[in-house]
Amino acid sequence: MTDAYTRFVRSAPGGLLAKQLGLPRPSRLLRRKDRPAPVLGPVVVLGDSAGADAIAHRLLEDGADVRRRPDELRSIGSVLLVLDEIATPADLGPVVLTLASAMRSLAPGARVVTISRPAGGGDASGAKDAALAAARGGVEGFLRSLAHEMRGGATANGILVADGVGLDAPGVVGALRFFLSARSAFVSGQFVTVSTSAGSATENPSLPLVGRTALVTGAARGIGAAIARTLAADGARLVLLDVPGAGTELSRLANELRAVPIQLDVTADGAGERLVSFLRERDLTLDVAVLNAGITRDKLLANMTADRWDPVLAVNITSQLTLTDALLEAGDVLGEHPRVVSLASTSGIAGNRGQTNYAASKAGVIAFVDALAARLAPLGGTANAVAPGFIETEMTAKIPPLTREIARRVNSLQQGGLPVDVAETIAFLASDEAGGIQGETLRVCGQNMVGK
Amino acid sequence: MTDFPRDALILGGNRIPFARSGGPYAGISNQDMLTAALDGLVARFGLQGEKLGEVAGGAVLKLASDLNLTRESALGTPLDPRTPTIDMSKACATSLETVVHVSNRIQLGQIDSGIACGVDSASDSPIEVTPRLRRILHRAFAAKTPMQRIKALSALRPADLAPVPPRNGEPRTGLSMGEHQAQTTAQWGITREAQDELALASHQKLAAAYDAGFFDDLVTGYRGLARDQNLRPDSTLEKLATLKPVFGVKSPQVAEPTMTAGNSTPLSDGASSVLLGSDEWAAERGLTPLARVVDTRSAAVDFVHGEEGLLMAPVYAVPELLDANGLTLQDLDFYEIHEAFASTVLTTLKAWESEEFCREKLGRGGALGTIDRDRLNVLGSSLAAGHPFAATGGRLVATLAKLLHQTALETGRVQRGLISVCAAAGQGTAVLLESVTD
Repeated sequence: MTDAYTRFVRSAPGGLLAKQLGLPRPSRLLRRKDRPAPVLGPVVVLGDSAGADAIAHRLLEDGADVRRRPDELRSIGSVLLVLDEIATPADLGPVVLTLASAMRSLAPGARVVTISRPAGGGDASGAKDAALAAARGGVEGFLRSLAHEMRGGATANGILVADGVGLDAPGVVGALRFFLSARSAFVSGQFVTVSTSAGSATENPSLPLVGRTALVTGAARGIGAAIARTLAADGARLVLLDVPGAGTELSRLANELRAVPIQLDVTADGAGERLVSFLRERDLTLDVAVLNAGITRDKLLANMTADRWDPVLAVNITSQLTLTDALLEAGDVLGEHPRVVSLASTSGIAGNRGQTNYAASKAGVIAFVDALAARLAPLGGTANAVAPGFIETEMTAKIPPLTREIARRVNSLQQGGLPVDVAETIAFLASDEAGGIQGETLRVCGQNMVGK
Repeated sequence: MTDFPRDALILGGNRIPFARSGGPYAGISNQDMLTAALDGLVARFGLQGEKLGEVAGGAVLKLASDLNLTRESALGTPLDPRTPTIDMSKACATSLETVVHVSNRIQLGQIDSGIACGVDSASDSPIEVTPRLRRILHRAFAAKTPMQRIKALSALRPADLAPVPPRNGEPRTGLSMGEHQAQTTAQWGITREAQDELALASHQKLAAAYDAGFFDDLVTGYRGLARDQNLRPDSTLEKLATLKPVFGVKSPQVAEPTMTAGNSTPLSDGASSVLLGSDEWAAERGLTPLARVVDTRSAAVDFVHGEEGLLMAPVYAVPELLDANGLTLQDLDFYEIHEAFASTVLTTLKAWESEEFCREKLGRGGALGTIDRDRLNVLGSSLAAGHPFAATGGRLVATLAKLLHQTALETGRVQRGLISVCAAAGQGTAVLLESVTD
């Protein structure tokens, strides 16, 4: 999956040339299969709050090599900055500057994670204290800049824990495990908010989705197929959906994963009802729904026509509304704590020339999961989205070469992500641990330069 | 101990959409298509790793290298590689005969489960060398000395090098199937209008069945094709009427040619499969039986000496099948008469309605009578779907089995259905199915 440029700059002469010319030299990112260890050690936990102590203890119990100071470590695998009790902007300095002295010791593929509270408090009350809000807000600017400075495939991400939610909440632990693992290889410069203490710890970390049934739409190829394979590897039983034209590819993936295939155009009249009756016939209840089906029909707005606008909106957002409505209204086809994970896009956040239709649909998804999360909360369910940046797929392989090359490099990791990177993030949001994460859109973009 | 014969049950089917020759499956081999149809069946019924009793398949247009076509295709699927296979062939009746073969074995207790399948690619039909070139090359290969080899090859003439395309005609008459049928059509006085009406109905019914989702669990899309490529839901009698006759135009026996590209099946590519099993085998896997294979008869006619039309054999096979089972033609709930040409169906029906024909040719006391046309090919047939020769039988069996099962559930009454397929060389096969409900 490595592109030609990356292969070149990884060769001896190519590397020398790139260095001389100051060209991007993307590092090889380690995925789960390359680095199965959940934590890259040693782990340095910085911060002196009670929460910091608790997290350090927890990591110790999990068998990690935990240190409270970076001194004299020649190689550091992971750094946690626990900033949950900072009260003024001045409180940031002591913790952050400890990391400064350790930056050059970060190992390739290292992980830096901040744990702090949202500036607005993250709950209904909102923060009243201006200094507190400023300090908390500061963490975001710090982390996003730090992520740009990471080298060697290292990443930096943040967890925002709502006021009133303990640092031992399943969502915090789960997000921390995700960011520290190789599963988040292409996620950098991102924050995830844990807004409640809901969810439960994973009983079987190697098979976190065992006993769960997951629907994946648009599953026949590309990112959808990667999602299916990842959820299957995590132990989930799968219902794979795609359009009838992709039926044989879908069947073959279903055979590989021992999954149940369903051929359905999600934009067809009554698609939701057909899905519901199919689930009933097969006696299946869904614990997870991954709404991945999506298409592009790029054109500048000046050249946009209904035959390019309508299908994009119909597949990418309207189908998500109709399918989730049908699943919820059926009443008997969803499991106890249903998880919905939708596919958004960085185009839906930052916009993209030639993609007014696509961006409208994907921005719609981002707002949709927020609204849906509120609807699912009484059921103990969640809805979140993942926004991929440039991912190496059949779809992006069709972008003209120069445009594609630029799109691939304009992120902190200087490379395109892989479908599995998107899939891993979805698997995390679908897990029991992620129960406290609600209505979020998590970017999988290597910290793309565009958008927030 | 189970008493034999026992029921052979049709549990479901899967096919890829049929494509027109030279269409989206051009360049795809028979093995690719048959593997795709089997992969879809395995996925639908969760047969990964299953060791079945037998997979029986075949193709009409078959490359010499496809000796073990069914075996090679099955090995490409997640079925247990220890599943035995057999290749069979009987022109357009091939996969109807593979269904009969598998059901016979199940009925006799020789196997508990099996797949009957068939595939054909008119886009990838074999092109052979001339018999003379073949003999010269064999002689050259067998030569012991270079001189002998040169001598053998020196017999080569430029004309020997021309490839031999697939023969589009009956070897014993030199006439194509369409030319033969054009004579039968004229002989029975089947009108152009009647043929076009039947063709239009086929398209409309098939389209309606797709729209209703009937084929959701019978067809698996392939290479971007979700429905049969030949299907023209918006066709009209006016459009069909504009087409020029293509068969019988030069035949002295045909005064007014009526057979067009619109009321004849096109050359097609595709594959189909049917899953069969015993009651116990189905129950162990939680599969719902749709219908049982009741009985079958084959017939052949002497078309060579002009005694009977080439595609008339089913006209003889069906009454024999009905008699054997104590049924009249009118006792059936659904009729699937393969639409090789619209006129094939119409001559078949007209022959059964003819007092004279039934007395003289079938040796019966009188006509078999008319059928309720609303029960004929109710979900469309080959004129709309296309006709990849060896795949048509599988399409018909799976479609009819589901129709019988659904109707039996709706009406609470056992449903009987007939399949009749004509085949090249004056042959035909008829099969009787009966609905099964729990």
